[in-house]
Amino acid sequence: MYLTTDSIEPARLAERMVRAERGALVTFVGHVRDHHAGRQVVELEYSAYAPMAEAECARIVAEAERRWPVGIALEHRLGTLAIGEVAVAIVAAGGHRGEAFDACRWVIEEVKRTVPIWKRERYADGTVAWVDPTAPGGAIPAGQPHEAPR
Amino acid sequence: MTSLELRVLLFGRYAELFGTESLPLRLAQGATVADAVKALREQPAGNLLPRQLLCAVNLRQVAPDHPLAPGDELALLPPLAGG
Repeated sequence: MYLTTDSIEPARLAERMVRAERGALVTFVGHVRDHHAGRQVVELEYSAYAPMAEAECARIVAEAERRWPVGIALEHRLGTLAIGEVAVAIVAAGGHRGEAFDACRWVIEEVKRTVPIWKRERYADGTVAWVDPTAPGGAIPAGQPHEAPR
Repeated sequence: MTSLELRVLLFGRYAELFGTESLPLRLAQGATVADAVKALREQPAGNLLPRQLLCAVNLRQVAPDHPLAPGDELALLPPLAGG
């Protein structure tokens, strides 16, 4: 399972990847930022098309482990997150730093590119918007939520 | 003329637009993803869908010319924002 509604603990994720032959562990941790496109963010909510998101994460991990001699750990948070909480953590563990850095960078870019996860931000002024990296301004105002996100 | 029935899943902003996360859709046999999207655009709020739509069938991203089969799960994916 790559998606979780529980807090992510990057250090524990990294510990799981330690092996005698792995001299390099690179960890990427994405935290919830307090601003977006000039607006003050107070909290956000991640939702996903869970079965597809799990399948995409599995594909990305398998592909990274095929391209580089590394082991990959990946967790992405869902649900409501406060500023500073961990949204995503990736560990790439290999024999040497080169493959570990390269694989870790590739995995986060691929997660952003292909995993069906959405982000709704709540701002200090009380408004809410769906983050849309393709839109000018980076977000589209949200309507009334009709039910809890999944 | 036989028809095919499929389930459409809506997420994020699209679920808000349609006021639901899932709806049934009946199309003519041989219909493609583009045909399904066209039918959805004719529903209330469907005109608010963007011109370019990311679609998945049975958990895989597909092109508009992808043929649909009875029982398929078609998902309309808003711009991805994970990570």
